Amino acid sequence: MKKAMSRSDRLFEWGIDAFLIGVLVVTLVPMWYVAMVSLLPFGKSPSLFLPPWEWSFASYAQLIFQPTIWQATLNSLILTFGGVAISLTLTVMAAYPLSRRELPGRGFIVGLILFTFLFNAGLIPTFLVVKDLGLLNSYWAVLLNGAVSVYNLLVMKTFFQSLPESLEEAARIDGANDWQILRHVVLPLSRPILLTIGLFYGVANWNNFFEPILFLSDRNLMPLPVVLRDILTGLNVAEYVEGGAAQAAPAEALKMAAVVLITLPMLLVYPWIQRYFTKGVLLGSVKE
Amino acid sequence: MLLPGLLYFLIFRYWPLWNAQIAFRDFQPTLGVWGSPWVGLQHFLEFFNSYYFGQLLTNTLVISLAKIVLGIPPAILLAIALHETSRRFLARVVQTISYLPHFLSWVIVYGILLAMLSPSEGLVNSGLRALGLEPVPFLTSTTTFQPVVVLSEVWKETGWSAILFLAALLSINPTLYEAAAIDGASRWQQVRHISLPGIMDVLVLVLLLKIGSILDAGFHQIFVLYSLPVYSVGDIIDTWVYRQGIQNFQFSLATAVGLFKGIIGLVLIVVANRLARRFVGTGLY
Repeated sequence: MKKAMSRSDRLFEWGIDAFLIGVLVVTLVPMWYVAMVSLLPFGKSPSLFLPPWEWSFASYAQLIFQPTIWQATLNSLILTFGGVAISLTLTVMAAYPLSRRELPGRGFIVGLILFTFLFNAGLIPTFLVVKDLGLLNSYWAVLLNGAVSVYNLLVMKTFFQSLPESLEEAARIDGANDWQILRHVVLPLSRPILLTIGLFYGVANWNNFFEPILFLSDRNLMPLPVVLRDILTGLNVAEYVEGGAAQAAPAEALKMAAVVLITLPMLLVYPWIQRYFTKGVLLGSVKE
Repeated sequence: MLLPGLLYFLIFRYWPLWNAQIAFRDFQPTLGVWGSPWVGLQHFLEFFNSYYFGQLLTNTLVISLAKIVLGIPPAILLAIALHETSRRFLARVVQTISYLPHFLSWVIVYGILLAMLSPSEGLVNSGLRALGLEPVPFLTSTTTFQPVVVLSEVWKETGWSAILFLAALLSINPTLYEAAAIDGASRWQQVRHISLPGIMDVLVLVLLLKIGSILDAGFHQIFVLYSLPVYSVGDIIDTWVYRQGIQNFQFSLATAVGLFKGIIGLVLIVVANRLARRFVGTGLY
């Protein structure tokens, strides 16, 4: 039986829905406007809606034909996929032993790791380590320095702890060693968490701009976010604007096209990965 | 199996701790960490007595506090709205869209901000001009820089922060709402007397942890957004450390400042975690 709603309840529902629509508008309008500006033809001023006969892909064309963009895309892919591979491997290999109750000194090691989460020595001492290791101006600096996130490590450890121990005991009786148990028993059961944390690492690496700036000086090594930042601050817009102003895109359009180009991969995969992220946050918020 | 992970922490987390001793030395690259002469607390005193100390601390605290005060209410409101609406489709769409900005890097958000706020072509300034007002250089004016920093953070993170509150709302026993409805409570009264108390624990936890990390005002964000004209209001401890250390080669001074921040931060977060464990029963670790 559905009860008729009172006036105040109906008002309440309207208010709630209006607020949600407001959130939608506030979130989407800036992104929509970026897309509109990126499609701006030369000599027009931006507006929230472009009439269909005024679109122009000139800005995208100009960016896509730049070798710098291709090089940066390649760099970003190396850093993203290489980073995920290294990070995930290291995180699993640390989280699995730490999830075993029989590991000697387990509490001490977890404490050691937790401490680095609460206190870090700061930027300069870390920079000096990378410098002393001779990793400056090499991808290894970026790939290794941020390789393990303590947060992800602890989430993974909690997940491993929740797996039934009897499975591993059975494997051990069958003569499997630790590596075999990890590969053939634990990892196949851990697909959701591997995917979630792999995605966390992937997004972080794709977005990473500070470490490349800090550790790399060779311009050819820079990933997309760094190149985007240079374009936005107008450092090298000239590089992308060729002669022949007639077909050229306005500088504003060029900047926004760069924003769209780097956001696009994220937007394309986002609808599929979104639920994993939510799961990851909720997993992280559940403590032992 | 544990070895690679342990090595990682020893090399990239504990070796820097060892290097942090240069805060108490006069670090010279040619002499190395070991060879540089000891100077005791000189760098700390230099910083405490400098004109920067007050400014950096003020900027850091003001930006950080404003982010907490203006960031949490919208997140709670969004969580409640998502929980209360009877339009499931709308709720799903809003949820998906509102998380999205969290996954955009600050460089991309900077691009979006330029589109919205640039004095020449920005949407907001076009609006202001249409109203006959003067355009405002939002990102380079000392009066507007801090609001831009805070509001852009709210724009980026509100959806994401709402997840925890939403999870708390979903864990409330639905019979409470049914009982209240039978007793004649209006929807608003149900929110006030059931939903809000139901998320109190999470709210206290979130607040305590935010206050525990109050010296982190958002390094990456400000690093991307700020520029010379707004250093006076935008410079926070972390950005200053970067400029003095990496750009001006003041390794020892910058390390001392970073260490100062780290120690205060450690104390704050440990205290916050204690309090959270005591009052909410759970903490960060």
